[in-house]
Amino acid sequence: MSQAKREFLDRSKAFWNPGKTQDWQDMGVDLVIDRREGYYLYDMDGRRLIDLHLNGGTYNLGHRNAELVEALRAGAERFDMGNHHFPALARTALAEALAACAPSPEMVYTAYGSGGGEAIDIALKTARHATQKRKIVSIVKAYHGHTGLAVKTGDERFSKLFLSEDTQGEFVQVPFNDLNAMEDALRGRDVAAVIMETIPATYGFPMPNEGYLPAVKRLTERYDALYIADEVQTGLMRCGELWACTKYGIEPDIMVTGKGIGGGMYPIACVLITERCGGWLKEDGFGHISTGGGAELGCIVAMKVLEMVQRPEVRTMVRNISDYMRAGLEQIMAEYPDFFIGIRQHGVVMGLEFNHEQGAKPVMKHLYDNGVWAIFSTLDPRVLQFKPGLLMTQADCEEVLRRVEIGVGLARDELMGARRRHG
Amino acid sequence: MEPQVRTLVDISGSAAALKGRADLVLERARWAAEIFQRYDRDLTMAIVDAVATAAHDNAGRYAEWAVKETGFGVVEHKRHKNEMTAFPLVDFYRDQDFVNPRIDEPRKMVEIPRPAGVIMALTPSTNPIATINYKILISLMTRNAIVISPHPAARECSVDAAHALAQAAVAAGAPDGVIQIIEDPSIPLVEQFMGSPKTALILATGGSAMVRSAYSSSSPAIGVGPGNAPVFVDSTADLNKAAKRIVESKSFDNSALCTNESVLITLAETDARLRQCFKQARAHVCDDDDVARLRRYLFHDRGFNIECIGRDAVWIAQECGIRVPDGTLILLAPVGHIGVEEPLSREKLCPVLAYHTVNSRRQAIAQARAVLRLAGAGHSAAVHTGDEQVAMQFAAAVEAYRVVVNAPCTQGAAGFQTALAPTFTIGTGFFGRSSVGENIGPQHLVQWTRLAYNSDASEPFGNYHGVSTGFSGPLPEAPADGVPGSNGYRNSSTNPRPSQDTVPGVTRDELRRMIAEELRAVLGK
Repeated sequence: MSQAKREFLDRSKAFWNPGKTQDWQDMGVDLVIDRREGYYLYDMDGRRLIDLHLNGGTYNLGHRNAELVEALRAGAERFDMGNHHFPALARTALAEALAACAPSPEMVYTAYGSGGGEAIDIALKTARHATQKRKIVSIVKAYHGHTGLAVKTGDERFSKLFLSEDTQGEFVQVPFNDLNAMEDALRGRDVAAVIMETIPATYGFPMPNEGYLPAVKRLTERYDALYIADEVQTGLMRCGELWACTKYGIEPDIMVTGKGIGGGMYPIACVLITERCGGWLKEDGFGHISTGGGAELGCIVAMKVLEMVQRPEVRTMVRNISDYMRAGLEQIMAEYPDFFIGIRQHGVVMGLEFNHEQGAKPVMKHLYDNGVWAIFSTLDPRVLQFKPGLLMTQADCEEVLRRVEIGVGLARDELMGARRRHG
Repeated sequence: MEPQVRTLVDISGSAAALKGRADLVLERARWAAEIFQRYDRDLTMAIVDAVATAAHDNAGRYAEWAVKETGFGVVEHKRHKNEMTAFPLVDFYRDQDFVNPRIDEPRKMVEIPRPAGVIMALTPSTNPIATINYKILISLMTRNAIVISPHPAARECSVDAAHALAQAAVAAGAPDGVIQIIEDPSIPLVEQFMGSPKTALILATGGSAMVRSAYSSSSPAIGVGPGNAPVFVDSTADLNKAAKRIVESKSFDNSALCTNESVLITLAETDARLRQCFKQARAHVCDDDDVARLRRYLFHDRGFNIECIGRDAVWIAQECGIRVPDGTLILLAPVGHIGVEEPLSREKLCPVLAYHTVNSRRQAIAQARAVLRLAGAGHSAAVHTGDEQVAMQFAAAVEAYRVVVNAPCTQGAAGFQTALAPTFTIGTGFFGRSSVGENIGPQHLVQWTRLAYNSDASEPFGNYHGVSTGFSGPLPEAPADGVPGSNGYRNSSTNPRPSQDTVPGVTRDELRRMIAEELRAVLGK
């Protein structure tokens, strides 16, 4: 580590976040991201990393994608954030664009947050208003953000610290893929909404059983609750269709998109709302106010993102990347069958499962040492989140696989001891 | 329904947007090329055959469409060209293997084919569909992906035709994106494609400006210059046959092919008889006034009048106010000079043939050289003669890489009615400031990795027969876990297919003869 980096990390601890800064050093990841371009990150000491973390799809189209940079630059010649109280050109244009590609023809309105958490809060508030009920059902180990309501839907790891966990019994959590538990939670007809990440990301991408999500949707209908699809990480083509819920045959009542919709260039998050659920927008349109939510520059970038991810070429790219990565990972899995034991996959949403309760952490570290940045799943550290970008080149995919094979081998040896190499 | 994204801030013309679009299309092509290289020969040829079938089946429809859209050429002739660039083209190369390694026992070498990757193909307005068929098929034969940049004047038919072939390719098992076309080509956009490091090779057919631009793009390029073929009719020629063949050639698709004869040179002693033969072949021999009118009409200050490209002789005569009999096929324009002072000695992509008389064979060669010095260097020439010494002297002297003997030059130089390789890209070689001097074919789209053994006799050569070539076929489909019907990962391997590229009991010579017959049938000769 350079002297300059050491000094910087001290400042980071002094002025920004001492705990987080130190945690990364303890995990052996001394990354300070400086330059960034496409799917490459450059540490301030100059080392290149291929980014497979993408901040949950924020950098779907790569870092500083030139078209998005240009859209933002050109947008700034006409727009700024805009006045959040007034009808606004860019905000309405993006809402129209979203309605045109929404997972349900009933979805007509878009409400805006400045980030995913706020958007989740808007979604939950919308559901409560529409149903006049308070209860929210989510998945055990769910993760929907850190704002007031969103944080209550998730694991207590993030709420208790701030004495912000649910104490009123309004937030119920049921195990993923457990329909009986879901039905039990809904049976009382006192639930406003079920909120569901189509594939729970922070929980290591456990995949929904066949028929699970449509059955949950049917249960919400039966018990007068709404279905909120959190497509923050799974949307925007990552599963081979614009919205992953479409692939599972779901037409949600409310849908949230964030992260990638801002292209990593301007934060914005959107809540798509059906006519039926959008009552508060008529009753009291000032009900939710957000100065930064739906900033018009963000809308300009988001419209470009929507246009880009829907290009026919992108669809092919996603398929090729997911097929190619899978084929390569299968080979690596065959090489280390006692350690690398599973792949969860839907498109370029992938979770690599290791045969050790903290297995993904050493894999992350060894991948980092080998020039690949992928992060473990906070709520299931056996699983490494493996998230290639939508536009990844064949050459970079090959690079990633080459490095992953080395990194996984080193992690295996570290955890399970050096073994006799076969062949 | 596709969303109508309203554009408040339009960046579509910015360099970033142009580069972004080119990158995306080219990267999709690169993926396709990478996957295509896993395919074995049987599957490759099955795809080629499926695409050739689609090209053949669509030949008539796109011939009509091309003529309607561009105004160039003759529907029936275009249909022939479109057909010739389907089955006959594939059959011509069928016994050449661009997929499997070649084992060279005596030299202790093995040669492994390595496709270029992504071919960037510029296609012209004069032969839009035939060129698209041809470039796509030679790319597929060599397991390359191709991106086509159509001439804007033939954009609509080109886009539709390329999509149809892409669909046929994918339906036959080709990787998605192996055939793409730029739907709204503009010069700055096409320059982004040509200059991209993702482009492996540019195959440029078109105007000189585009070809030069391809060469200066920094990507490897095979560009072809314009034609301006001189044809020498010697006194030993069968004048009747010569006139007939030249009229047939000039009127074929109304000279929209760059291999058409541009300037005829003959000897004073045969002049009168030859003119008579031309009249019988339905050529109109212009008088001085006609020639002046033609010259004014075909060449204005800015150069060749593109209005008349591929128009028929009667139409052109009417436009210039020349009276010709109905059914006139070509206009013969006697000129006293060849060179800068006579515009009619330049390339004319229409059924007008400059006609010049000389006093000796030596002078004929000098004038033919002058024609190509003016334009068309490295392209094509023709000679009609019964004397091989004359043919040899002519061919050795003119700066053309193909000299057609006693055949229509339009068809002959392009490999239809001669044994030259059938092509819609004529290599103009060093004379034409190009890299390849022969008719472009699949062999130019693949290079070979050579495994070379120690030549010392004590070091034995390995036995490479039956050694795995590593063809693993299309990538198995990744699962969409939890989606009904996606039942986990299937590690599929390619099923062995029955070999389709050999016809049992047929020798190569027989095959060649069958192909020749097929060609003749297509041409209706």
